[in-house]
Amino acid sequence: MAPVYQLANVTKAYSGRQILRIDQLDIYPGEILAVVGPSGAGKSTLLRLLNFLEAPDSGSIYFNQQPINYQSVPLEIRRTVTTVFQNPALLSGSVTANLLFGLRLRGQNDGQNEVDEMLERFGLAALRRSPAHALSGGEAQRVALARALILKPSVLLLDEPTANLDPYNAEMIESVIRGVNQIHLTTIVLVTHNIFQARRLADRVALMLNGEIIETADTRTFFENPRDSRTLRFVRGEMVW
Amino acid sequence: MDEHLHICPYQSIQVIFAVRNRHFKAGPGLETIISGIIQGLKLFFSGDPALWQIIGVSAQVSGAALLLSALLGIPLGAVLGLTRFPGRRMIQALVYTGMGLPPVVVGLAVYLLLSNNGLLGPLQQTWIPKLFTVEAMIAAQVVIAVPLVVGYTMSAVGEVSPNLRLQVRSLGATRLQTLGATLWEARRGVLVALIGGLGSILSEVGAVMMVGGNIDGSTRVMTTAILLETRRGNFELAIGLGIVLLGMAFLINLSAAQLQGKGH
Ligand SMILES: Nc1ncnc2c1ncn2[C@@H]1O[C@H](COP(=O)(O)OP(=O)(O)OP(=O)(O)O)[C@@H](O)[C@H]1O
Ligand SMILES: [Mg+2]
Repeated sequence: MAPVYQLANVTKAYSGRQILRIDQLDIYPGEILAVVGPSGAGKSTLLRLLNFLEAPDSGSIYFNQQPINYQSVPLEIRRTVTTVFQNPALLSGSVTANLLFGLRLRGQNDGQNEVDEMLERFGLAALRRSPAHALSGGEAQRVALARALILKPSVLLLDEPTANLDPYNAEMIESVIRGVNQIHLTTIVLVTHNIFQARRLADRVALMLNGEIIETADTRTFFENPRDSRTLRFVRGEMVW
Repeated sequence: MDEHLHICPYQSIQVIFAVRNRHFKAGPGLETIISGIIQGLKLFFSGDPALWQIIGVSAQVSGAALLLSALLGIPLGAVLGLTRFPGRRMIQALVYTGMGLPPVVVGLAVYLLLSNNGLLGPLQQTWIPKLFTVEAMIAAQVVIAVPLVVGYTMSAVGEVSPNLRLQVRSLGATRLQTLGATLWEARRGVLVALIGGLGSILSEVGAVMMVGGNIDGSTRVMTTAILLETRRGNFELAIGLGIVLLGMAFLINLSAAQLQGKGH
């Protein structure tokens, strides 16, 4: 199947410092690709590029075989991709208002049923009227995920979706992610520090180091028989540079 | 002799007072102030036509000036606060300078622009206000208030976290929708911007005096009337207007505080 994303020779620098240098990365429709790597490797930056929120300095990114011109990404394309950020950024207003936000942007003014369904699914029903700023970290994270899923994106970018969660809720989120991927065939890029989570959820895993993709392999190979010695050390939990 | 010496300085003081009083009409003693307040309230509540006419013009001028300042200042402030482009720092510096413009200078500038041999006056376009009209006063007040609204809006939207703006875009917002959502998140600050603008409009006297001319029955507003009536020694009307002005300021801030409370 043709890839959803094809990245070639993509670079990105912030104030002269090279943050990303990706020679090649393909992401396939319907897969869960986990991106792992140490803090500061450039994982969140990669997601911003994949969500068309920031432009690469050079290189090309194809989305569904179309080259993306970052100066003017068509709204229809932008609205098929959404990110749940590392630090859940909720809008002021209630939990319900947050869930409705993306639908309202699309001019859909009914959506109460979907909202109720989401709240139920994420164990947030009791909080539907709570002001978003009063939520705990884990509750906010679940609201952020529900707010993204309600849009039925074809690509879902998740940046540490279970970082603030207790084991019970983390497991619940994992099963939601798995369900969305299986039922809606949503393509998911999952950035995680939890290599066990990557192993549980992902079809393929990519290791990022200093802005480069060191190795991409199907999950089993990545963990059991990696090509690169740095991958081997990383999955063993050693510090890699 | 002794008696004379004793009385003389006292008398001379009395003479000085008498001269001063004759010169400056009745000085505003405590009695005058109290009776002024009572008279002022009476004028206000009895619906005194002169007083209410002035209040009406004030409300018209301030309302229109605030509306125009909001329509110009809020979008401009949002764009200046959120987008990066060459020359932005320069424009920001200009805005901050504009926030501290002496109103009299604005009055002078608008006067020179609109006067018959000024820059805009001779063009004779219908959209260019004539001097000594309500429209000219509105123009001057917009010039005074817009930098305030822009400046406060700019810093208010700057307070909204960039992370939240990215998230809004990621959820599928257009540029305009992102701007709208950011302004909504910054609404307390925008409200402060509007109150700041309105405060400067309501309290301003120099510029409206110059371009409006303080014409009885057409361009006389509360501040210029207070100035005039105080000079004339008509403290009742001046105090009455002063009370109305203070009351309005209080009500505006009260409702603003109420609105802010609702957001939280
Ligand atoms: N807007 C920015 N301006 C300047 N530097 C940035 C910016 N965003 C990210 N960086 C830098 O780019 C590098 C990669 O950041 P990024 O957030 O992508 O890392 P990450 O892999 O997601 O790390 P973590 O696991 O800690 O979230 C870091 O060194 C960071 O300081
Ligand atoms: Mg990150």
